[in-house]
Amino acid sequence: MAHVSNELLASDIEAYLHQHEHKTMLRFITCGSVDDGKSTLIGRLLYDSHLVFEDHLASLESDSKKVGTQGDELDFALLVDGLAAEREQGITIDVAYRFFSTEHRKFIVADTPGHEQYTRNMVTGASTADLAVILIDARKGVLTQTRRHSFLVSLLGIRHVVVAVNKLDLIDYSKETFDAIEADYRAFAAEVGLSDIVCIPMSALRGDNITEPSPNTPWYHGPTLIGYLETIEIDDEQHAGPFRMPVQWVNRPNLDFRGFSGVIVGGSVQPGDQLRILPSGRESTVARIVTADGDLDEAMTGQSVTICLDDEVDISRGDVLCAASSPAAVADQFECHVVWMSEEAMLPGRSYLLKIGARTVTATVAQPKYKVNVNTLEHTATTTLELNEIGVCNISLDRPVPFDAYAENRDMGGFILVDRFTNATVAAGLLHFALRRADNVHWQAVEVDKHARATLNGQQPAVVWFTGLSGAGKSTIANIVEQKLHELGRHTYLLDGDNVRHGLNRDLGFTDANRVENVRRVAEVARLMADAGLIVLCSFISPFRSERQMARDLLETGEFVEVFVDSGLDVAEQRDRKGLYAKARRGELVNFTGIDSPYEVPESPEIHLDASGTVTAEESADEVVDHLRRAGILAPPPHPQP
Amino acid sequence: MQRLTHLQRLEADSIQVFREAVSESEKPVMLYSVGKDSSVMLHLAMKAFYPSLPPFPLLHVDTTWKFRAMYEFRDKLVAELGMDLLVYQNPECIEKGINPFDHGSALHTDMWKTEGLKQALDLYQFDLAFGGARRDEEKSRAKERVFSIRSAQHRWDPKSQRPELWHLYNARTQPGESVRVFPLSNWTELDVWQYIHLEQIPIVPLYFSAPRPVVERDGTLIMVDDDRMPVEPGEVMERNVRFRTLGCYPLTGAIESEASTLTEIIQEMLLTTSSERQGRVIDHDSSGSMEKKKQEGYF
Repeated sequence: MAHVSNELLASDIEAYLHQHEHKTMLRFITCGSVDDGKSTLIGRLLYDSHLVFEDHLASLESDSKKVGTQGDELDFALLVDGLAAEREQGITIDVAYRFFSTEHRKFIVADTPGHEQYTRNMVTGASTADLAVILIDARKGVLTQTRRHSFLVSLLGIRHVVVAVNKLDLIDYSKETFDAIEADYRAFAAEVGLSDIVCIPMSALRGDNITEPSPNTPWYHGPTLIGYLETIEIDDEQHAGPFRMPVQWVNRPNLDFRGFSGVIVGGSVQPGDQLRILPSGRESTVARIVTADGDLDEAMTGQSVTICLDDEVDISRGDVLCAASSPAAVADQFECHVVWMSEEAMLPGRSYLLKIGARTVTATVAQPKYKVNVNTLEHTATTTLELNEIGVCNISLDRPVPFDAYAENRDMGGFILVDRFTNATVAAGLLHFALRRADNVHWQAVEVDKHARATLNGQQPAVVWFTGLSGAGKSTIANIVEQKLHELGRHTYLLDGDNVRHGLNRDLGFTDANRVENVRRVAEVARLMADAGLIVLCSFISPFRSERQMARDLLETGEFVEVFVDSGLDVAEQRDRKGLYAKARRGELVNFTGIDSPYEVPESPEIHLDASGTVTAEESADEVVDHLRRAGILAPPPHPQP
Repeated sequence: MQRLTHLQRLEADSIQVFREAVSESEKPVMLYSVGKDSSVMLHLAMKAFYPSLPPFPLLHVDTTWKFRAMYEFRDKLVAELGMDLLVYQNPECIEKGINPFDHGSALHTDMWKTEGLKQALDLYQFDLAFGGARRDEEKSRAKERVFSIRSAQHRWDPKSQRPELWHLYNARTQPGESVRVFPLSNWTELDVWQYIHLEQIPIVPLYFSAPRPVVERDGTLIMVDDDRMPVEPGEVMERNVRFRTLGCYPLTGAIESEASTLTEIIQEMLLTTSSERQGRVIDHDSSGSMEKKKQEGYF
């Protein structure tokens, strides 16, 4: 590394290593735009902490002359602008992580861009940061983007903020301007709940107040940036809070050892401590804290350990070990903040996967109560969330999960939402509190159950789900199937798309969000009818895989029979019995499946019917009935296993 | 309140990544390249699953051109730990006798390493592979995720990376896709050396200075590790050299050094002036070349 002149390093390497192997670590995020000199600041930090090698310096010098913005001087920003595309555009487009180190600390910097459309990146970078450095251009003062950054920093639970009032060299190191900006910022910060704030006058380009107090600001008596970052104590509430450890992996090398591996995300633990295991609520005592370096007398937040308990308790991945005296809450409905991170907007009612700790469950997000304008902090009504929008929503899960409020414990209250089909991470969320509703509506246990009703009917309940384009022949085939089943003495009911939209779903239109809700309601009705012991025939375009999967998930294995009525678009459009395709082509009908709204073809339907015209509807119906017979649905249910 | 040191935090986070990756995949594997980063990664894996053995095999994508000392070290270490080792050599390269002298470094690296890796992953159908890459190695790696999704063609798309929040990793894949997981993402070269020192992790002796036979090619000292290397009479000289990074011996530059102990290496590294990847020939091609290689499937 260039320019290191550390005497200890040269004279006593062992002592040097001892010092450096016992440093602490601080993770921080830098917020600001390219114009604020953010890349220059980070480049400067790397440069001043001697982490720039000679060969990097050589390419920096040649790049500075070629594309730099600083004339013949070094353009530090070029040290950190990474991907080729953004180097050409001159902007940073994603979260980048940089590393530097001083005598006292190692630093990990999350470098995120400041433009409005990149809320996603800033939230990502802030999620693991202990502290935020917010850059303000001294010539411009507190801007809209400063407010946005501060709100996001506060939302993500970062308590320590350094306001770097940069480019002071361009305003002749004016104390008055600096003081005015500081007063301005503090007034605003109080509104968003930030209180631990340090304002530092600096010039990243000239190096003022970065590592050494600057002679250009004799009126400033506060810390330098590095001086502050090196010494700030992060009063970590998670650290001091009650013990929490989500179980990542059950460690069973042989029959004599059974340990639960995970990282401690709250408090500390010792052998002999009484634990409560959630969500089961059972209790046990810590027997050993096992690591490869030997058993520990105590383990604390941030450590990865394996815990052995005194007795045999059934624990699996995703369960949370908690201090018995102060366990986490368990619930399946919450109010939360959701930050939408996908190009594809949120669809209220659609089911997503939710990962929290080491647990993944199915979640349905309700229509947002409001979204937050990150620039003005105003709340506005909305039906959905688009990329980079933040809203407050209720969310309900298919199973209860252990959690703490995000404000108390980031790792116990932060979650991500994952699209079930693309597997993309589409949102981040912060749990605030459980909704009481779930507690108060108790499931009514009934004596006559589904099996009893099915037995009386002499058949097995099923939902036969016909999906396909408008005009493919779904309803025609479903009608014939129902006639045939009726003749066989089976109890059936046919739910048809058009008919349902005249009653139950009269309030819904044809937008993506409404289509999702349409199918959700039908699926719930079909489930009730299956519970009543019926064979339910559903005839719906149901264009999205996610909703068909949701319908399938509502039922028991084997009860859902997906029938793809496959005519191809050409044939369906040619038939056009209702004249709808013609209307859609003329633009008189919007959101029409196959024309300007997508149809997602089933990947593995139970039955794939050729409805292009080569097979008659009668033959297709026979194929469906044959399938139901082979699947045992037309026979009385077997006696339940004791 | 007692605080974890930076190395303790890095270790704990890497262990969390290992456990998460194994829990969320069907058939994981660790890419093992015998270098110091691989040594640290393997050491962390042993810790993550202790007292169990790591529940995955090691995969060495071999080029047949590594230093002999690397093969010896690899076989001894794997036997001692009791880990399963898979060695894959691209059969097309064997058949055509691909080597750095006749075919050049770019083709050699592409065929043996990039193609070899893809073939091995396809052959064994691994859906998750651990790699030892670090974000501080190169500018384009600063934005790499800890869990990085690769298409069925093993390509990396910098535009469709999943955001990673808190310690929540999304390792879900479509059929054919796979995940590359980098447990050392947040480690720097200095962290790695300090950790090797603190934990006394065994590394290949080539990192330590010793008298070795070398030739000078294009200003770079290359060690003559076996008789496959064409040399002029009298060209070979003996020098006290060591290696800062290990790969195929004809493509790995040695540096003259007297540092023969771990502490001397670290001291020399801190006082020296060129960065680690400079010894690797593939980076010199063009600006942003690592990024292109990554998109094509290079680790």
